[in-house]
Amino acid sequence: MGLRTFLFPIRHAPVGKAWLIGAALIALIVLAPVFSLVVHASGADLAHWTHLLDYVLPNSAKNTVLLLGGVGVLVVCLGTGSAWLVTAFDFPGRRTIAWALLLPLAVPSYIIAFAYLDLLHPIGPIQTLIRDLLGYDSPRQFRLPDLRSLPGAIFVLGFVLYPYVYLSTRVMFSTQAANLLEAGRTLGAGRVEVFFRVALPLARPAIAIGTSLALLEALNDVGASEFLGVQTLTVSVYTTWVTRSDLAGAAQIALSMLVLAVGLIMLERHGRKRQRYANTQRMRPMSPRRLRGAAAALALLLGSLPVLIGFVLPAAYLVVETVKRLSTVGEISAQLGASALNTLLLAATATVVTLAAGLVVAWAARSVREGGGFTPRSLARVASLGYVIPGTVLAIGLLAPFAWFDKALGAAIETFFGVSTGLILMGSMAGLVCAYCVRFLAIAVGGIESGLARIPVSLEQASRLLGETGTGTLWRVHAPLLRPALAASALLVFVDAMKELPAVLLLRPVNFDTLATLLYAEAARGAYEEGALAALGIVVAGLLPVILLARTDWQLARPSAAKTGNAAASAPSHTSDNPAVTRTP
Amino acid sequence: MTLRKPVLSLLRIVTLSALAGVGSQAMAADAVSLYTTREAKLIQPLLDAFTRESGIKVNTVFVKDGLLERVKAEGNKSPADLLMTVDIGNMIDLVEGGVTQPLKSAELERVIPANLRAADGQWFALSLRDRVLYADKSLKLSSFTYEDLADAKWRGKVCIRAGQHPYNTGLIAAKIAHDGAEAAETWLRAVKANLARKATGGDRDVARDILGGICDIGIANAYYAGQMKNAAPGTDARKWGDAIQVIRPTFANPKNAGTHVNVSGASLAKYAPNKAGAVKLMEYLVSPQAQAMYADANYEYPVRRGVKLDPVVESFGKMTVDALPLTEIAKYRKQASQLVDKVGFDQ
Repeated sequence: MGLRTFLFPIRHAPVGKAWLIGAALIALIVLAPVFSLVVHASGADLAHWTHLLDYVLPNSAKNTVLLLGGVGVLVVCLGTGSAWLVTAFDFPGRRTIAWALLLPLAVPSYIIAFAYLDLLHPIGPIQTLIRDLLGYDSPRQFRLPDLRSLPGAIFVLGFVLYPYVYLSTRVMFSTQAANLLEAGRTLGAGRVEVFFRVALPLARPAIAIGTSLALLEALNDVGASEFLGVQTLTVSVYTTWVTRSDLAGAAQIALSMLVLAVGLIMLERHGRKRQRYANTQRMRPMSPRRLRGAAAALALLLGSLPVLIGFVLPAAYLVVETVKRLSTVGEISAQLGASALNTLLLAATATVVTLAAGLVVAWAARSVREGGGFTPRSLARVASLGYVIPGTVLAIGLLAPFAWFDKALGAAIETFFGVSTGLILMGSMAGLVCAYCVRFLAIAVGGIESGLARIPVSLEQASRLLGETGTGTLWRVHAPLLRPALAASALLVFVDAMKELPAVLLLRPVNFDTLATLLYAEAARGAYEEGALAALGIVVAGLLPVILLARTDWQLARPSAAKTGNAAASAPSHTSDNPAVTRTP
Repeated sequence: MTLRKPVLSLLRIVTLSALAGVGSQAMAADAVSLYTTREAKLIQPLLDAFTRESGIKVNTVFVKDGLLERVKAEGNKSPADLLMTVDIGNMIDLVEGGVTQPLKSAELERVIPANLRAADGQWFALSLRDRVLYADKSLKLSSFTYEDLADAKWRGKVCIRAGQHPYNTGLIAAKIAHDGAEAAETWLRAVKANLARKATGGDRDVARDILGGICDIGIANAYYAGQMKNAAPGTDARKWGDAIQVIRPTFANPKNAGTHVNVSGASLAKYAPNKAGAVKLMEYLVSPQAQAMYADANYEYPVRRGVKLDPVVESFGKMTVDALPLTEIAKYRKQASQLVDKVGFDQ
């Protein structure tokens, strides 16, 4: 920090080499599985592509596009609609609904699929009730269409994934729109018109971010789609690998799919880029309109519908199944407790590691002048790749790098200490932690980056002028301001790590079970109702972070916090150049 | 704001867990490590009995997919002693992938019929799993061939899991082995036309969907029927099981008509650190008491002769196994999988 920077202010002070090297190393680790997939992919001839092009890809590409399209429409409608409902209107129960809308995040999509197949099956409670009401006595006389279909998959995934859109959009609505909305109203626009012509366009970046996350989840989903009989591209990758033992072919399709996924990422980037045009004046929260009587009841009903379908019904089903199970079997296996402990320990460790890595990458990416060519910003993009690759494929890609690391380390230890070791990464939880870090780094990097973007650069400049080092500035200035962003990212990573299945299934050490593997084991025997207890365990353990998330998020969106102009609490707007919001809390 | 604390405690956790992993491998030197694509709970009672009898502990990891890739990557450091699979195709993949080694055991060779093990000892079948017909209780069916599934009178009445599932590619591969690719394609197209719902779910869903009126007949493994029909009264599984009758279909091909079976089996891992323990476990698994447990607790067909069947499974009638050797059928597995794509069976 010297005269040069003072005279020619750059956006951020240059970052220490250590940060850059750290970020590059992390990006390298993330790239390792991609690279090993490329090696796998080049191992086969291309002959099977004629078969794939003739019989597989047209259909699975069509299914994938329809699935993503359907899920996209559903999550945008549910997420944006419910976000608008709880910010623009006030009605009894609004505060509860506002956090309850996040609850479906706690439940893995495959569990919702299991639950709904049972609930909606011809011999399940819902259809039985309908038959009783209509006076039919056998499902052969009357039954509803089968859930195992493309619309069924869209329904299930849409109601599980809408919270991603809700989460990002609501913050935007509650902190951004007020003065503009009022301007719109003053200029004579009706309430509906204001929503469609002002609020919605303003929220577009937030909607794009949430939707792209939801769609990536939908794209990488194998559990629910396969279970509901929808042949997506991801299911095709899986089939090619597992049924035809053609890892090379599977790797080729998986890499081709990266293109699709990168397209989704670009959609999200596009969304964020538009934030620059967002209002950067000091925000005043919108004051919700009070609803009474029938209108309030209707609002309550509309707001609770996504929660009921996405969470309450499946969770209630799990509780009922668990009670049934316990009354017939009458014991909880010790395995369940051990698995729950493993799950929590693994998810917690993975969260801390992922957050630390995310902080390194985001900080390195942030602190460097923007320019052409390969910058640390590109490192941040590379570091997000793990989230784009289907979990099963990523796990396969990680095997070779892990084995290489274990061999190298084993040889080194043997040379220097004369002790022969077993497998270090693959034989322990460390490998799983590493895998989760690769998989979920995107969530941490994204969250921390947008958190950093909200901290005015002048704070950093002041700190450096006062003689603090770059790293010291991160520790003493940014870290405290980043706390909400860190907390939100941590909770998302934690919830995702708890639900994760494909990587833990392939990479875990012997005698190691998580709740998800336990549940999967039951499901693999076709006895998924016996997995109800494990499923309930995942939901309960996932609830805590989601409620914490809801609380943090509530604080972020709370009018009083926004009023103070708390930089960290404002919406994800690109405010770094604007002195208007640079006052510290 | 102290970020240092979590970072430090994290380092501690990672180091400790790494050490714990390494340590547990070192300590468990005389234990047998079993990698299995078979859901571990099904064989846990067998393993527990083995530990009680021999004092040898068994470590398990249930690896659903990617067993071959994992063992390959672990290379000569792999802690795996035995590799267990539930599909002949997967078993042969392991052998061809070079992660197994021949096992010589007079006991295994004496007990397991020659067509149910590799001649060079690379794999051994431990139980048989026949693929049978579940039919609505009210239907009057005395015999059934797999070819009957294609009969137009069953239009919209057949349920089956995904064609790409190994149990089904196995069956389709057998059809190819019997009658050739062309006949198999015609047959599979006709079966597809008869499906009542998407080819998805599990084998037990066939029984559930028959009870739910979605279909009348379906193909599934026999031991699931054994499980369901033996389930505690009042449970859903029992209701599903009670809704069906089980018939063992055969291939129509008169030369070697028989019921299609797949096997569960095991191979000795190439770098097995505890070879002696692994052989002991294998020999235990074909002992009369272990084979009886396969029959009683899992409702599978034992490979050992003279073991008493579960009464419910017994009631399914006498089993004539398809005379084509399993290894011959397994050769057509990839072709079967491609055929599933070609006729759009899972679409």
